[in-house]
Amino acid sequence: MTANGEPLLQVRGVTLQYKTTEHLVTATYRVDFDVHRSDRFILLGPSGCGKSTLLKAVGGYMTPVEGEIRLKGESVTRPGPDRMMVFQEFDQLLPWRTVKENVMFPLQASGRLPRASAEEKALEYIAKVNLTPFVDSYPHTLSGGMKQRVAIARGMAMEPDILLMDEPFAALDALTRRKMQDELLALWEGTRFTVLFVTHSIPEAIKVGSRILLLSPHPGQVKAEMDSLPTGASGAQVTALEQRIHSMLFADSVEEQAVPDHHAGAHA
Amino acid sequence: MNNVADAPLARPEILRQPIPASAFGIVEKPLSRWERVANIGTLRKFALLVALAVIWEVYARALANPLLFPTFSATLSAFFHGLFGGDLFTKALTSLRVLLIGYGAGIACAAVLTIVAISSRVGTDLLELLTSMFNPLPAIALLPLALIWFGLGTGSIVFVIIHSVLWAVALNTHSGFLSVSNTLRMVGRNYGLRGLPYVARILIPAAFPSILTGLKIGWAFAWRTLIAAELVFGVSSGSGGLGWFIYENKNQLEIPNVFAGLFTVIVIGLIVENVVFRVVEARTVRRWGLQS
Repeated sequence: MTANGEPLLQVRGVTLQYKTTEHLVTATYRVDFDVHRSDRFILLGPSGCGKSTLLKAVGGYMTPVEGEIRLKGESVTRPGPDRMMVFQEFDQLLPWRTVKENVMFPLQASGRLPRASAEEKALEYIAKVNLTPFVDSYPHTLSGGMKQRVAIARGMAMEPDILLMDEPFAALDALTRRKMQDELLALWEGTRFTVLFVTHSIPEAIKVGSRILLLSPHPGQVKAEMDSLPTGASGAQVTALEQRIHSMLFADSVEEQAVPDHHAGAHA
Repeated sequence: MNNVADAPLARPEILRQPIPASAFGIVEKPLSRWERVANIGTLRKFALLVALAVIWEVYARALANPLLFPTFSATLSAFFHGLFGGDLFTKALTSLRVLLIGYGAGIACAAVLTIVAISSRVGTDLLELLTSMFNPLPAIALLPLALIWFGLGTGSIVFVIIHSVLWAVALNTHSGFLSVSNTLRMVGRNYGLRGLPYVARILIPAAFPSILTGLKIGWAFAWRTLIAAELVFGVSSGSGGLGWFIYENKNQLEIPNVFAGLFTVIVIGLIVENVVFRVVEARTVRRWGLQS
């Protein structure tokens, strides 16, 4: 399949609502976008634009009240191993399994591979994220960045149709985050997997993404969809795009002009 | 506030050469033998046990009334005597057999109940309701009823043991399931796990610290109930258990034997807690970093 053919993931007029104990909240309103094979597709927007909720819907954890999500032409109804998720939280690895077993587990649990070949594949992907010395370590002995690398290896080892990443680097320190972004790009160069990546950091979106979807908050609606810069773009180009995105996202809220790039913060 | 403080202060750049590690006295040094010995939990507990035994012995000798409070050495000799010469060993074995049947059946019932409870809201309500109704009910209070239903024998004792194990284990397991992090649940569903495989491969390991606590409490409750029930009526088909052993010896005023019977319960408790549960803990929750 080429990028010109049928899109891998089609999101059509998706409205998502969830209930808190007191309110019915509309998280996104009639969102449309297409993700093609080998895209690094970014969902970008401020807190409260429903980007994480949108990702959960693609993951199959939520059903849209309106519209449809199709993966390879098939409607998404429930979670499944064809859409592996990498979460922001460090507790996403199973604490009772070693690094190797964590990567092997979904391969075996989904019945995709028998034990021996699952192990072989797990070791291959653990090597790709440079964690070979830690294959037999338990997750609680690893640092935050290493845990995220295991989660990425686990997602990639399944060779899913699409890898869903929910702010995977947001809880990392700035130096580690940068390193992880570079590593993710290097991994992508190697295998050209398709990834749908949620972030609220404009620089991260430009660096990691090949295509960026901008969402406005309360409720999330598509504001723009644009190409990102190729790797190796000059600093001036990056700054210009950053400012352009920034002014688009915050055009109608003057008081948010001084919002920093990285909130540490919580989101829905 | 103070405008003077806002002006940037001109400060020189500082560059330093770190001193090589060989210049320090100690960077890393193995602990002394005494420090390492003191780090072994088993040895610390053993020392405490010895101290308690010494206190017992000294107090009993000072009291000098073997009918009320025999010495530790007399109890120990009665214990070994009963174990190798008498019927203490078979009595303990009888008790353990009944205990294990009741404990296993109680855990099985608790498993069914909690699986029902997590799979639906009505199930949760049912578990909460049943637990609040029956958990405060002393198992021994059910014994007269059990005697009518199951007759004079192992059946009634197993029934009351199940009652005492079931609620403690179910309550702890359920609260453990509820406290499993949402991320882990989503991870499990992401793999396409549903139903029983989801419970077995995600919820049970993730909730294992709570489950283990429930199992320990259940074990203790089972013992208490068993001994109490055997004290009330111990002889079933010729051979009673430890409770009966204690009761019988009290009637014959063989007080060291009474203490030996109690001592057996304590020893079995110590072994199960410090060997069985400890090994399970070390292999699971400690190794996984779920418990320090």
